[in-house]
Amino acid sequence: MFEYLVRRLALMVPTAFLVTVGVFLLIHLTPGDPAVIILAESYTPEAAAQLHKDLGLDKPLPEQYARYMGRLAHGDLGRSLRNKLPVTQAIGERLPATLELGLAALCWSLLVAIPLGTIAALRRGRTVDVIASGVTVAGISMPNFVLGILLILIFGLVLRALPVGGFAALSDSIPDNLSRLILPAIALGTFGAAANMRFTRSSMIEVLNQDYIRTARAKGASRLRVVNHHALKNALIPVVTVVGLQIGAILEGALVTETVFSWPGVGKLAVDSIFGKDFPVVQGIVLMSALSFMLANLLVDVLYAWLDPRISYA
Amino acid sequence: MSTAAPAYTGVDELPVALEEQGPPRLRRLLLDHPRIIVGLLLLLLLAVTALVAPWVAPRNPLAVDPDNARLGPGLAHLFGTDELGRDVLSRVIWGGRISLPVAFVAVAVGLTVGGAIGLAAGYRGGAADLLLMRLIDGILAFPALILAIALVAALGPSLKNAMIAIGIVQVPVYARLTRAQVLQLKGLDFITASRALGASATRIIGRHMLPNLLNPLIVQVTLSAAAAMLAEATLSFLGLSAPPPTPDWGFMINTGQRYLINGDWWLTLGPGAAICIAVFGFNWLGDALRDALDPRLRR
Repeated sequence: MFEYLVRRLALMVPTAFLVTVGVFLLIHLTPGDPAVIILAESYTPEAAAQLHKDLGLDKPLPEQYARYMGRLAHGDLGRSLRNKLPVTQAIGERLPATLELGLAALCWSLLVAIPLGTIAALRRGRTVDVIASGVTVAGISMPNFVLGILLILIFGLVLRALPVGGFAALSDSIPDNLSRLILPAIALGTFGAAANMRFTRSSMIEVLNQDYIRTARAKGASRLRVVNHHALKNALIPVVTVVGLQIGAILEGALVTETVFSWPGVGKLAVDSIFGKDFPVVQGIVLMSALSFMLANLLVDVLYAWLDPRISYA
Repeated sequence: MSTAAPAYTGVDELPVALEEQGPPRLRRLLLDHPRIIVGLLLLLLLAVTALVAPWVAPRNPLAVDPDNARLGPGLAHLFGTDELGRDVLSRVIWGGRISLPVAFVAVAVGLTVGGAIGLAAGYRGGAADLLLMRLIDGILAFPALILAIALVAALGPSLKNAMIAIGIVQVPVYARLTRAQVLQLKGLDFITASRALGASATRIIGRHMLPNLLNPLIVQVTLSAAAAMLAEATLSFLGLSAPPPTPDWGFMINTGQRYLINGDWWLTLGPGAAICIAVFGFNWLGDALRDALDPRLRR
């Protein structure tokens, strides 16, 4: 296990290198002079020269990359072009809101997925299963912004049951915070709920066909006991891996959901920065999301081995 | 009872077996899996609607009519009008001409580039494999949508760049799938035999490997078309795809959302439904094809 961990970490090095190169080159993908695009109407040769200096664009590419890596090693992601705030601080301020939303979405997705997936597996081929399958395909086919708008329409404007956007700090008002959290969390978590439900179902079906389940049934254990004590734990192992990857990619969905619900998280910051041509912030967020995604991948693999002792990575 | 392998029946029978691969097999497949037909019909409907948009759309999708802005659905405008008085139904119908081609091009990019990388890596092995797969790992290290958005943000928002970005994001899945299949096939006797007979690499790949790669690739193409449609919708919702006034489903929702607070739901509902139906169609078909073509799921 230790050896496996070391090997995995070693494999991460070239990938992380590629990731930093990719993120670094992002600004160089811009056709023509990035300064023209960033400055837009306020373009003057002097301003462009200053921006080149600020971003280090006047140096040769390898030197720029070396400087970039040097700063990165000190945890310096540069400064925002819009408000001159350090990028790490800009992201850090927004991170709690995104984490809260992501956690709530995850809870929603699991609360839906595990019971329904289990029931669908137990009633395989029956009406419940067919309906559940249809619902899951629908769930993974609906973009979260469409679902978000539908939720706003139904719960915010027709039923007037919940606020339709904005954010209240948890420290200010817990009920206000939670009531604003519900709709975006459902919008963000439903895709995962559908995907996880499929995994739970197929994994559960596989487990239920195992000999030890038949043995447990033959011993006279009730159906409920067999599912709860014997099947569920094993069936959820593959689900854990999918969930882990979903956590790693949380920013992906948050980007859009936060825009729909004006939720002041990292996703909204990313979108605002793209349109504000704030390249350092965009680069920082992309780098952060890639690194956390890689880390999640690693953790999932380790967790997988730990949860299922039958898997050996020798 | 004999548990021995079936007896060798001679070469004479081979042509018969090959003939069965043709149309009768297709008919059997469709009869056994009616879900495939449902999916195909749904997608056909969408494609035809987009194709004949100039003739079936009731109005010009770009015709601005400020006097009739944000009219609710009615006889004159079945889906209502948008903030500039344009007919929402016509824009939804024309919108298919943007979203479907984007998905098509993106999947084509992913399939050809990813497939080529996978073939090269799997067939050549060695250093080529190592290098190419590290490159793929590099792309996979980014969450797909984040990478697509970052690429479009850097390249500049446009329809073409959206296609490229979504295509690049699709590359890894094809590269990995093709490589895994090729590695598996490479060890099989019929490939070794054909190499021993002096067949060239092109012949081995073209004659023996590609036909065997077809099934998993067909399933993947359908499923990644769904993913590409979702990605395009998201990019265009964020304003990173076709520029206005192009009738693009995602961006129609973006502008429509601003009028939601006034209760003008029809601006977003039509394009939203269109996206869902299109993505659903591809997902449904992909699911059905996987059930039908994946030998591991066959019962």
